[in-house]
Amino acid sequence: MNETPYEIVIGLEVHVQLKTNTKLFCRCSTKFGNPPNTQTCPVCLGLPGALPVMNKKAYFLGMKTALALNCSIPKFTKWDRKNYFYPDLPKGYQTSQFDLPMSEEGYLDIKSTNDEFEPRRVRIIRAHLEEDAGKSIHDEAAGKGDSRIDLNRTGTPLLEIVSYPDMRNAAEAKTYMQELRLLLTYLDVSDCNMQEGSLRCDANVNLHIPADNGVIATPIVEIKNMNSFRSVERGIAYEAKRQYNVWQETGKVLGELPKQTRGWDDSAQVTRAQREKEESADYRYFPCPDLVPVIVTDQQIEEVGRDIGELPAALRERLETEFGLTTYTSDVIVNQGRGLVDYFLELAEASGDNKLAGNWVQGEVLRILNEQEISIDTFKLSAAQLAEMLKLIQSGDLDSSKAKDVLAVMLDSGKSAAEIVKELGIEKVDEGDLEDLCKMLVERNPRVVDDVRGGNEKAVGALIGQAKKENPNVNPGQVRQICLNIINDI
Amino acid sequence: MSIINKTATEQLALLQSREITSVALTQAYLDRINQVDPAVGAFLRVESDTALTQAAEVDRKREAGESLGKLAGLPIAIKDILCTQNTPTTCGSKMLENFVPPYNATVVEKLFSADAVILGRTNMDEFAMGSSTENSAYHPTQNPWDTSRIPGGSSGGAAACIAADMAPLSIGTDTGGSIRQPAALCGCVGLKPTYGRVSRYGLIAFASSLDQIGPLARTVEDTALLMEVLAGHDSLDSTSVDTPVPPYSETVHQPLQNLRLGVVEQHFGKGIDPEIEGAVKQAIATYQSLGATIKNLEMPHADYGIATYYIIAPCEASSNLARYDGAHYGYRADQAEVAAELAEDGSDEGPLVRMYRKTRSEGFGSEVQRRIMLGTYALSEGYYDAFYLKALKVRRLIRQDYDNAFEQVDLIIGPVTANPAFVKGEKTSDPMTMYLEDLYTVTANLAGVAGISLPCGLTKNGLPIGLQLQAAAFQEEKLLRAAQMFQHATDFHLRRPELL
Repeated sequence: MNETPYEIVIGLEVHVQLKTNTKLFCRCSTKFGNPPNTQTCPVCLGLPGALPVMNKKAYFLGMKTALALNCSIPKFTKWDRKNYFYPDLPKGYQTSQFDLPMSEEGYLDIKSTNDEFEPRRVRIIRAHLEEDAGKSIHDEAAGKGDSRIDLNRTGTPLLEIVSYPDMRNAAEAKTYMQELRLLLTYLDVSDCNMQEGSLRCDANVNLHIPADNGVIATPIVEIKNMNSFRSVERGIAYEAKRQYNVWQETGKVLGELPKQTRGWDDSAQVTRAQREKEESADYRYFPCPDLVPVIVTDQQIEEVGRDIGELPAALRERLETEFGLTTYTSDVIVNQGRGLVDYFLELAEASGDNKLAGNWVQGEVLRILNEQEISIDTFKLSAAQLAEMLKLIQSGDLDSSKAKDVLAVMLDSGKSAAEIVKELGIEKVDEGDLEDLCKMLVERNPRVVDDVRGGNEKAVGALIGQAKKENPNVNPGQVRQICLNIINDI
Repeated sequence: MSIINKTATEQLALLQSREITSVALTQAYLDRINQVDPAVGAFLRVESDTALTQAAEVDRKREAGESLGKLAGLPIAIKDILCTQNTPTTCGSKMLENFVPPYNATVVEKLFSADAVILGRTNMDEFAMGSSTENSAYHPTQNPWDTSRIPGGSSGGAAACIAADMAPLSIGTDTGGSIRQPAALCGCVGLKPTYGRVSRYGLIAFASSLDQIGPLARTVEDTALLMEVLAGHDSLDSTSVDTPVPPYSETVHQPLQNLRLGVVEQHFGKGIDPEIEGAVKQAIATYQSLGATIKNLEMPHADYGIATYYIIAPCEASSNLARYDGAHYGYRADQAEVAAELAEDGSDEGPLVRMYRKTRSEGFGSEVQRRIMLGTYALSEGYYDAFYLKALKVRRLIRQDYDNAFEQVDLIIGPVTANPAFVKGEKTSDPMTMYLEDLYTVTANLAGVAGISLPCGLTKNGLPIGLQLQAAAFQEEKLLRAAQMFQHATDFHLRRPELL
């Protein structure tokens, strides 16, 4: 990191749309992308007389996530109403959790893959459930323009995960988001699609500037509209510089200005002040009288906990210690999601060579997935099929330089590795034959011999080329070594 | 004697024995409504066509020997607060003047399944806020016993239509006394069930933790008949309780042995009309003559009922009524007027906020606005603890008072109101005196227990006096059986106002 004359203090509020078929308080579908207002009913439209009924699945998905974030789960929680007027909020209040959230006090550990920052434990204040609002598309120019409202999203279950202000630079914030997304993916609790809004992030940012008598804190700004990991990183970095400039100009410190909300403009790469809310933020929270408090039993917590499975941090650790993979390889595999991990585990088991399996998954398999823009679920080659090829490499029947070609044909044809090796005429070369071939080449190329003996070992490359022409199955490395040995023995 | 002077239970027997048809019965009530409702104003809308169609359908089913519901062919009036699909539901407000719900309240569904015939929608105080039905945005309702007086409220239309024989059964709602008080002032029977006994789904909310739907009728027997249909668990209402529904209409005639009645001293404190005190004490004596024992009860927190109620109910209302903002349905202020206003006063308020402000100022009546402001204030930062939270604590104490009381007695007996029906306009300028109309009734809502109002006499001026019985949660059966004991022994419920 570049040295800056300040420290950035960052806390993130992340909204996660939970993967339920139906909404939090009614039975409407939560599907994304259908025509506006086709997934509504009296409850999510906020019609007079309609009443909410809690979706238990959403509650359990929230609990599963909270447990995976090391949060404690209170036995008694309730629903509260957060009152404010907005056209995309048809009831005039959002049903949320105020003073007794469903979970609190957890953490998520993050570490940099390229040494941008020291490993850090980001503490979680709370994770609570609430309902999503609808979407407004409007033009606020005085009295003009149509406002259009789509209530399909209204009532979709959201888990709001609030961190402590524990992050100290934009890269940490970005990594926190990536690690959180990975965790949510492993838990299978959300689609985590930032473009579609199923994973959203607001950042509270200010600066700590060292001064003679301690530290000066700048006013806290909440940044909204950061719809990608890159935006999170760039938005925070931009905002830090902006705050530093403003502080230098005005000298205003924390407490002297109200908390400001700024939106990240991705095309202009700047944050812009958002219009202050009409009223000061007094949401008049009070317990929702239409919903009963939620009482959770130890048994339920235990059951949900059992469903969590192995999480990324533990998996990375296991791939390193148990499977002997490098930190880099285990990171790459685990960060791709559970599917690739399972593929690796199967491949390692079937091939009997953990490192070879790790290298192939992290290397060629991932390269092909990226190239084809597909996930491991739709990868045509099963781990068993690939293991067969790895075994040919291990036995020496297939040279690793040829293996990539074999893999390509396997993908195209669906044939087995052995079949393709045969079809391509790839055969293991007898060591005696190879020795004879090299002797012949050395004899045929006295100039190469002279060059090598003159100290230019690279000259032996010419012999490798000739050897390949004589027999395409030779291993270049072997040819090189044998030829050098012969020359040195002369 | 005309068919409409018979009780619902008697009419049902005549329908079942095919001595009368539902069409004839329905027509008799429609005729009566035509005749007397211009003077009473109990109905907001009479649905003659659909009522006669429903009646004909029940007659057809009966003729064809098809299975029929428990109220098959009986006409019923519904307070205009229960959503009914494709039928206007206004809640007595200009805000919902043109609102047509796309769905049915659970209670409406139950009435349809019971083959009841819906006569129309009865008048009420706007959003059930009031005790005189003078807060209706449409017209006031007159008390059939004296049309210069109010019928009580907010279910004033529901009680007046029973008193004036315009319906044998009706549905009301009770948040602080809105069934029992008008029932008392109009001389009919009104039951506020235990909170959670009847589904609130489709009931347009005033104060969600207090609202309950309940039956009104001329007799306890008829009340039991209707209650049996209304009660029951509903998966659409998270606060509805899953506990079995006793066959109220069958058990109602079984007298209670060794009935222990509790009397609360504060109910007979200063301010109670001596005629009412006398009639209620006479009713207590009647119970004693039927074998009941009387015990004086301490309810130390009862005096705080009104204060507590007028914090909690407006707080919930301020949130429940936020949805009426002109954005989605119901009344919306004229857009051109909004723009003109903004241009004129040069306010930097955006058009959206001004639309909200103007819509709510024009769409809500003054009492509704007053309660929204009360509630908004009491929930605001810095006031929440002093008002709302304090009120919740007192509410818990009131509940404890009831718990203690019902360890000692079966039922609490007392007045419903301190005074008989007052003259129209008498209390409209002073909301506080109007709020005191709920003095004896609000505590049952705060505690979530059941209460019933039944006639126990007339004043010298010929105005009805109500007797209130209250029972522990889910003891409606006991309440109805005790009330029936009284009606079996007296004839106050048979008196009729001399209308027209």
